[in-house]
Amino acid sequence: MAKKTGMRSVRFEKSVCIKSVSSVAGTKESEGPLKDCFDISVNDNLYGEDSWEKAEAKFAGRAMEEAVRKGALTFGDIDYILAGDLQNQTTASCYAAAKLDNSFFGLYGACSTFGEGLSLGAALIDGGWGKNVLCEASSHFCAAEKQFRFPLELGNQRPQTSTWTVTGSGAAVLCGEGNYPRITGITTGRIVDAGITDANNMGAAMAPAAADIILNHFRDFSSGPQDYDRIFTGDLGYVGREILLKLLSEKGCHIEEIHRDCGILIYDRDKQDTHSGGSGCACSALVFSAIYKKLIEGEYKKVLLIPTGALMSPVSVQQGESIMGICHLVMIEKR
Amino acid sequence: MDYIKAFVVGGGICVLGQILIDKTKLTSARILVLFVVLGCLLGGLGWYDKLVDFAGAGATVPLPGFGNLLAKGVKAEVDRYGFSGALTGGLKSASGGITAAIVFAFLAAVIFKPKEK
Amino acid sequence: MNNKENKNNKEYQKLVKEASPDSPIFKNCLKAFFSGGLICCIGQFLMNIFSTYGLVADSRNMLVSVILIGLASLLTGLGWYSKIGKFCGAGSVVPITGFSNSVTAPAIEYKKEGFVLGLGAKIFTVAGPVILYGTLASIVVGIIYYFVG
Repeated sequence: MAKKTGMRSVRFEKSVCIKSVSSVAGTKESEGPLKDCFDISVNDNLYGEDSWEKAEAKFAGRAMEEAVRKGALTFGDIDYILAGDLQNQTTASCYAAAKLDNSFFGLYGACSTFGEGLSLGAALIDGGWGKNVLCEASSHFCAAEKQFRFPLELGNQRPQTSTWTVTGSGAAVLCGEGNYPRITGITTGRIVDAGITDANNMGAAMAPAAADIILNHFRDFSSGPQDYDRIFTGDLGYVGREILLKLLSEKGCHIEEIHRDCGILIYDRDKQDTHSGGSGCACSALVFSAIYKKLIEGEYKKVLLIPTGALMSPVSVQQGESIMGICHLVMIEKR
Repeated sequence: MDYIKAFVVGGGICVLGQILIDKTKLTSARILVLFVVLGCLLGGLGWYDKLVDFAGAGATVPLPGFGNLLAKGVKAEVDRYGFSGALTGGLKSASGGITAAIVFAFLAAVIFKPKEK
Repeated sequence: MNNKENKNNKEYQKLVKEASPDSPIFKNCLKAFFSGGLICCIGQFLMNIFSTYGLVADSRNMLVSVILIGLASLLTGLGWYSKIGKFCGAGSVVPITGFSNSVTAPAIEYKKEGFVLGLGAKIFTVAGPVILYGTLASIVVGIIYYFVG
């Protein structure tokens, strides 16, 4: 029987459970509105290391350990690790996984990586390729600024549309059985070119991709906003959310009431001076801890998690190319 | 009085930069380039020195003043050595500033660690 | 929206423009004016001091620049200049201190990648273009001056 539903979606036949979820948050995130939802709050963004890049690898490693521990497992039980981050050649994930002995898939989906990991991880479980799959994503403000923008010490102003890369890492263990929230379907996004060349307006680069995937999802599953308690996008921020809602309402789709954006949830815009909101792989990965908690407590029955990614390369941006958007949608239901 | 002049002219040049940053989305690196080149061309025409005479540090401290220094240096060298002065004059006059910037930057890099924003 | 429909992109650009808040330009200009003016006044103060010691204009201006450059380097190292820059905007970019900050910042940031290929190669990532185009402009000025004037 075909698992593929419609053009871009898959409905899983077997149960794919999210056994455990972990979050290791950096300084600013640990001072934000979600501070009580994280497993580990680190008050030193160097995390005892001597470079931002090594610190990010440590964040990633700690999140993996914590997810495995919370699932009452050992790394010997994990069949695959699917992990990614924003650093060139996804080094943070690789260095974190180098300390382990597990089969490893490195992913790059920019800030949508966590959704990409959950999607592929769920497919691996459903396909019977493994019993337990560990999905992880990380980002680090300082490493990202250094790589994508300017040295941290440079005295410049950030535009109002810019977002703040989240420091931290989130992970989840997927398995085939148990009384846990389940991934029942996925919708995989396509690369959307919205013609945005402004590297300080990621929300605008990603919003069309998010609108596209939401409409495709509703069509593939013959569902609508009324079928979900919440729809979480990854890191559109205030600017991206406004654009998304406008794009959707042009198509007659209204999700204002149930839509939340992880980039908006993770910081307090007024107190933390983060402008349009949070971004980065860790943004949706960290906020997922809070979402998972509410799924367990029964506050949510059915949610969509849609990590959004802006596939930004400093080289192509400097060459005047536009920034591509991608999203990965994961449908999660309380069992 | 010279403080007021320096304040107003220096502040005014910075406001020009701010308008460029906010209106054109130019990064600060591009602003620096633009201002130095502009200062150099105005200096070549001999106009910028009038501003320096009027505003003192208000005109020499902002980056167009650095450009003006290049222009002044190159003109002085051309006067003294002829055509070859066009090659040597600019960097010669700017060497103090550039050398100071690299030496202090190197020392700072040796002493300090990267910090978060 | 389809990738092939990029031509009706203008509509989307308009939508983005509406949704994107502008920088508070008036407030920013005010901050830039006062902070930039203040830095120039510090320069004027140093200039006046050196004048009383009888230094000629050229070496006096040079000394003022060197002191401001050194101060900015120190503040950059302490991690204060980025905070100053966030508040002052162009007020701390346009003065010579901003040039110094743009040399020191990459030097510190890329030290981890080594003294030669890190610090050494990347020290001019931001300020290099300034020196390049400044020098080119000075040569143009020099050649024209030689022939014209």
